[in-house]
Amino acid sequence: MEKRVTFKGWKLPLLLIAPQVIISAVFFFYPAGQAIWQSLFIPDPFGLSSRFVGLGNFEFLLSDPFYRASFLTTAVFSLLVTLCSMIPALFLAVIADRLIKGSGVYRTMLIWPYAVAPAVAGVLWLFMFNTRVGVVSWYLGQLGYDWNHVLNGGEAMGLVVVASAWGRISYNFLFFFAALQAVPRSVIEAAAIDGARFWRRFFTIVLPLLSPTTFFLLVVNIVYAFFETFGVIHTITAGGPQQSTTILVYKVFSDGFVGQDLGSSSAQSVILLVVVGILTVIQFKYLEKRVHY
Amino acid sequence: MKSLFAGLALTSTVLTPIAASAQTEVQFWHAFTGRLGELVAAQVDTFNASQSEYTVVQSHKGNYSETLNAGIAAFRAGEQPHILMVFEVGTATMMSAKGATKPVFEVMAESGATFDPDAYIGSVKGYYTTTDGDMLSLPFNSSTPVLWVNRDAMSAAGVDPDTDLSTWQNVGAVLDQLKAGGEECPLVTAWQSWIHLENLSAYHDVPFASQDNGFAGLDTELMLNGEGQVAHLTAMGEWAQDGKFIYTGRRNEGGANFRAGECALFTESSAGYAGIKAEAEFDFDVRPLPYWDGVGNAPQNTIIGGASLWVLEGHDAAEYKGVGEFLAYLSSTDVQAQWHQDTGYLPITSAAGDATRDAGFYEANPGTDVAVIQMTAKQPTANSKGLRLGSFDQIRGIIDEELEAIWAGDKSAQEAMDSAKERGDALLRRFESANR
Repeated sequence: MEKRVTFKGWKLPLLLIAPQVIISAVFFFYPAGQAIWQSLFIPDPFGLSSRFVGLGNFEFLLSDPFYRASFLTTAVFSLLVTLCSMIPALFLAVIADRLIKGSGVYRTMLIWPYAVAPAVAGVLWLFMFNTRVGVVSWYLGQLGYDWNHVLNGGEAMGLVVVASAWGRISYNFLFFFAALQAVPRSVIEAAAIDGARFWRRFFTIVLPLLSPTTFFLLVVNIVYAFFETFGVIHTITAGGPQQSTTILVYKVFSDGFVGQDLGSSSAQSVILLVVVGILTVIQFKYLEKRVHY
Repeated sequence: MKSLFAGLALTSTVLTPIAASAQTEVQFWHAFTGRLGELVAAQVDTFNASQSEYTVVQSHKGNYSETLNAGIAAFRAGEQPHILMVFEVGTATMMSAKGATKPVFEVMAESGATFDPDAYIGSVKGYYTTTDGDMLSLPFNSSTPVLWVNRDAMSAAGVDPDTDLSTWQNVGAVLDQLKAGGEECPLVTAWQSWIHLENLSAYHDVPFASQDNGFAGLDTELMLNGEGQVAHLTAMGEWAQDGKFIYTGRRNEGGANFRAGECALFTESSAGYAGIKAEAEFDFDVRPLPYWDGVGNAPQNTIIGGASLWVLEGHDAAEYKGVGEFLAYLSSTDVQAQWHQDTGYLPITSAAGDATRDAGFYEANPGTDVAVIQMTAKQPTANSKGLRLGSFDQIRGIIDEELEAIWAGDKSAQEAMDSAKERGDALLRRFESANR
């Protein structure tokens, strides 16, 4: 028996998918097309003239060792942000899931940071780690550690990673928590009767059952780290010290909106689009095989 | 239907006289907040109250970069303001945007407002005029770097606060004494590239870039890896390693340290005056920026930082007349003298400087004339007229990165500046090809 819902005619289905198609066209395909078109030109900032350079913008970028170096910075940054936002989120979700009383309160409080905009989160963390008046840097000073993310690239990277991952933990927590609730109790109880301890049950039963959620979050978090973190970087380090926190998307922003170099900025967006596209394909091709739905 | 049109026509005819008698509006976008924002608003209010033909509407559009961006975006959308504040770094960008800007000398000539280009101080005006002497934008807020001294911190470390600090040689010796005397932050700076490279070059009369620092053409190359610059940065790098120079960030973060009394010496814009005067709970001094004795022709003159007002194309002649009136008002002696005294920015006309001196302001506030003297003591040379480099905001970013490598001890001054030149030149070539 045919179980699918089928529509008669084609007008209603078209109407129903229209909003999504229009939104994608206006907010994704049109700007992406513009970026690809603009990446072939060197325009002046005021849009008075522009010179066709073909792939000149790409050549200019890829021959710049500092631009190439920012690929590595981006890889390190994205990996750290993804790990730092997913592992604590999973841990917190597991703990909250075990709670019998008051899990609602914990849940609400753990979701709060997600409401903070990245740039604001950046300012908050900057305050805490400010080399002069920051609370955390003061305590570190008391412990004999001289915190100076203004000159120390490693510390700057750590700070922007933590600030970017912090708000993201809430988002990941929400998904992990929901997924944990969906793990069948009977399987866990059977394992418990067989004598498996909590963490043993977690690693052999729960974690594999969470794999669809984990995979989804992995993709989403990498996209987040690639595209949505420039607010944090702009407020905390502006890409410095030296180039230690200049990730690709921050360079798109600063070259386009500070440097007024729209040609190079467009070319960088196109490169970024391709990189993330390839990454997502790789993830779906290789990692998804290990996901059990 | 006909009667409806007739009615509309009648209504519009009736309304026309009212529209004509309404004041012509002039939009003015600027980048000032806080105290400076209040002072600009007051200037605009006074102008509006002084006449009935024009209303100037001032709007704050974010920091310097954001204001320039807002102006450019508005121009692309056909919604540009009449007057846009652009920081000195954006000067080359604006100059290349022929068709987007209306040169100030033209605006003034067409409006018939009082305008005497010679009334402006040469070293301020030079930055914003063509090589033929035509003024393209009106200098508005201009400052120059000076040395701020915390006299109490000097005494506390056992150093005579009246020690001569006119040369970097002397400053170096004082830094040793301060360090030995237990001072944890002997020297701090703001705007490192502007003070320790751009102004350093002008002050010693050595080129920062070829083609007269970019004034003579777009085919300019950076020359900031010269002997004079490298020697200074090497010394600064050593001071940084020894904890005698404390690096706080790329902008003016160090101002907070100095105003809180934590640092002894501070190289910062003369416009830091308003903030330091308001917050400092210690005895402070303003001194001329130090120079290296025996290097180049030091002391030449220092160059300006700050912003100028650009008039954008695409408005009516009547509105440009209002723009002309407003710019003439801003340059008037009273307005300029008051602005100079309130903010520590330089007076842009000689008359405003004289008026301030005659009013006894410099005697009552010692040190406030240091910047003026430093700027005007000598006739500017090709190396000290200013800088006119495309993509300069990005180039400053590169310089900041390379300076950080020196302060962190990762690169020698020579390596860092060679790298800055190579990277900066690539951007200059790009700008040249975009504006050919």
